[in-house]
Formats: sequence, C-alpha cells, structure tokens
Amino acid sequence: MLFGYAWDTSSNWAFAVSILPILLQGMIVTLEATVLGFFIAAVLGLIFAVLRAVPLRLVSWPTIFIVEFFRDTPLLIQLFFLYFVLPEYGLLLPAFLTGAVALGVQYSAYTSEVYRAGLEAVDRGQGEASRALNLPPAHTFIKIILPQAIPRIIPALGNYLISIMKDVPVLSVVTVVEMLNVAKIIGDRTFQYMIPLTMVGALYLIMTLLASYLVRTLDNRLPTQGIPLK
Amino acid sequence: MTDTLVKFDRVTKRFGDFTVLKDLDFEVKKGEKVTIIGPSGSGKSTVLRVLMTLEPINEGVVYVDGRPLWHEEKNGRLVPAGEAHLREMRRSLGMVFQQFNLFPHMTVRRNLIEAPVRVLGLSRKEANKRAEELLAMVGLTDQADKYPQQLSGGQQQRVGIARALAMRPQVLLFDEPTSALDPELVGDVLKVIQQLAEEHDLTMLLVTHEMDFARQISDRVCFFDQGTVCEEGPPEQIFKTPKNQRTREFLHAVLHPNE
Repeated sequence: MLFGYAWDTSSNWAFAVSILPILLQGMIVTLEATVLGFFIAAVLGLIFAVLRAVPLRLVSWPTIFIVEFFRDTPLLIQLFFLYFVLPEYGLLLPAFLTGAVALGVQYSAYTSEVYRAGLEAVDRGQGEASRALNLPPAHTFIKIILPQAIPRIIPALGNYLISIMKDVPVLSVVTVVEMLNVAKIIGDRTFQYMIPLTMVGALYLIMTLLASYLVRTLDNRLPTQGIPLK
Repeated sequence: MTDTLVKFDRVTKRFGDFTVLKDLDFEVKKGEKVTIIGPSGSGKSTVLRVLMTLEPINEGVVYVDGRPLWHEEKNGRLVPAGEAHLREMRRSLGMVFQQFNLFPHMTVRRNLIEAPVRVLGLSRKEANKRAEELLAMVGLTDQADKYPQQLSGGQQQRVGIARALAMRPQVLLFDEPTSALDPELVGDVLKVIQQLAEEHDLTMLLVTHEMDFARQISDRVCFFDQGTVCEEGPPEQIFKTPKNQRTREFLHAVLHPNE
C-alpha cells in the first residue's frame, strides 16, 4: 500500500496494473522536478551567459569561475551540499526544492554555454548596425540579437531538458519520492524488483520520446523567417 | 559651405601592436563628398568605424560639427566620453556597411522604421511614411514586406542605404558598399549613391574600390597609405596627375591589373 493504492501480487500482470497508479504518482514528482529544474537552468544560464559577456573582468571572471565550478563538480556533491550543509547555516529547504535547485544550478552551467554559443553565432555586424542606428543596448539585445539566437538555442536546450529528466532519480538520495524511488519502495516491500523497475524504464522512454517530439515541434514552429541558420 | 564638419586631429588608433591610424589629420567640409581609396590595411575603413563610434581611438581628438566625438569637456579638460555623449553624437552620423547588416528577422519595412520609432520617437505612421519615401527613392517600393534574404545583394544594399537615411544623419559613411556584391549588381547601388550625391547636401564619406565611380561623384579623393593621408586632391588631379609615387603605384595596380 502506497499513496492509498494497494498492490495485487496474484500474477505479474495484475501486479503491474496495480502498481501503475503508484508509479504515476512518482512520475508527477519527476515531471515537476524536471520542469522546475529546467526553468532554473534556463533563467540562470542566460544570466550567466550575459554576465560572462560583460566587458568588465571584475564581472566576467568570477562568472566564468562559478560556471566552471558548477559544471565540473558532480551533481551529487552539489545536492549533498545544499541538503546537508546549508541547513547548518540556517537555510533549510524542503527535499524537493533542494533537488530542483541542485539540478537547475548544475545545468545552468551547460545552458549558459548554449546561450553563449547561440549569441556568438549572431553576426557581429548586427550589433554594429544597431549601434550605428543608435538603438539602445538593451533593445539591441532583446529585439535584434536574441531573436536570431533563439532558433539556434532551442534544440540544444531541449536536449538538456531531457538530460535533466534523466537525472531526477539522483534526487532520491535526499529522500525525494520521484518515480524510481517509488519503484524501489515497492520492490523493498514486495521483494519484486523486476516489474516496477522495468515499468520505470518504459515510462522514462515514453517521457523522453514525448519530450523530444515536443522540442522538435516547438523548433519547427519558431519564427525563423529570414534568419540564416547554418 | 566651407565649415568643417568632420575633423581628425592627430588621431592614432592601434590594434595591439599594429598602428592602423598614425597621427592622422583629416577634414571633411559640410556637404562635401569625399572618397577614400588605398590598399587594404591602410586604415581607410577604420576612419569610418572610428567616426561611427564602433572603434575607440588611442590618441588625438575627432571633431564632428565642432564637438569632440570621443571626448567630453569636464572642467576645461577633455576626458573620454560616456555612452550618453556618444549616443548624442551618433545622431548626426549614419553608416552603410559592406555586408549590409540588415536585420534578417525583420521585413524591409521593419528594418526602416525600427530605429526612427525607437530612437527618434516618430510615430509608426510617420516612420512608415518616411520608409516608403526612401524605398521609392532607392527603387524598392514593392519590396517593403519582404525579408532581406528574399532580395538580391544589390537590393539589400539599397535597403541599407535607405535605413541609414531614415535617421536623417548629417554625415553618411559608406564602407565599401559594393565590395560584397556580384559585379552585375554594383551598378544599381552606385546609381543610388550617385543620385544621393547630386540631389542632397548630405556630407558623404565613402571608402571604395570603384575608381571610376570615385572620379564621378567625389569633390575630393584621399589616398590613404599606412594609416595616414598620403595624397589628396580633386579627382581629376589624383587620377590624372598623381604627385606621390605610392599613389601612382596604387592607381596603376588597380586600373591596369593585368600589366
């Protein structure tokens, strides 16, 4: 019995059917962690990419250092740090939030590279023309540079969305009850691991295939009119 | 007509160890059409880029309409200018780029009204009217709703000229406006520039490799070499009786490439 659903171990098939709603409860948590983690990664990554490009070394160098630090340390260490160390300094976050923040922070290092590459792929002449027309820098960034960078950025960001989804099970070590953790709990209680784990694998496959389909659709629908994409 | 509009006063510009402009003294008068010719690396494009505030200078002072471009006066001394000053100075300058640099994700019309609306505060209607007049002038009335990629290079460059003119600059800078074009498309663009030169009192500063064209439209031709003005004068004199040895060599190489 988990989340108010009882399992039926009379046959493999009955067992699978009976634990499906339980696994789906875990799947909701997985999706929530993915979405929140991705949101943090997408926003924080853009901030990092912009700070990195600031011509002032006082700003760009610490940013480069922070990004490298996030990228080159394991997710698990960052997760443990947020979950076990921060409370010692009075910052106590719920497990789910801690996990989503850890995912977001780690992946912001990757997404910032995606943004950087996307922004750098926009011809330098675009910024110069905008400056020659006296358009303000913020306007240049938002209306001239970004719209040309986004079609290059979306596909790569989509890949990281899927990576984040696949990293969510790591959060189980700080007690987040996501889908794999649910499967493990079922296994622990029924001594049957194969069926729940196989189902988690299959559900993951469905989720990732669906996600990549959505990303592709979004990519095809983006206004790329006129933008020379190589 | 004899007022100086642009003045370089002992300007030096370096890229690392390489000195592009060396103690450059150079003047352009109001309404004058000046062509800059010279070998690559002679600093001719840099002159335009410095004027458009795309490249800062290392030494000297550049004046536009009597005011220092890259400096502000503070307590009687010239100090490097802030963005607000550059922004104000840029209002009198416009530039046409070698690679056109149109905004590819915007229609031709949007390219022409974006800055007038956002920077000059024109209403959309006014900006649109201005855009249509300019498109008529460059012969592209029916292309307003196309995207730059749907146009030929020559058409794109004419949009580039219209876009710069939409800001009503006092000085228009042309940085090798036909160098990126297929030969058969050069003529249309030159025609537009020539028409501009003849019909407007706009001050024009043009870097080009089109020698015949330079001869036709310029009041004065400047031969640049090694970051400084090597020789300057009326086009007839420069092309027919160049005094300087290097000018002679350059013109010979450009006009008779097969000898």
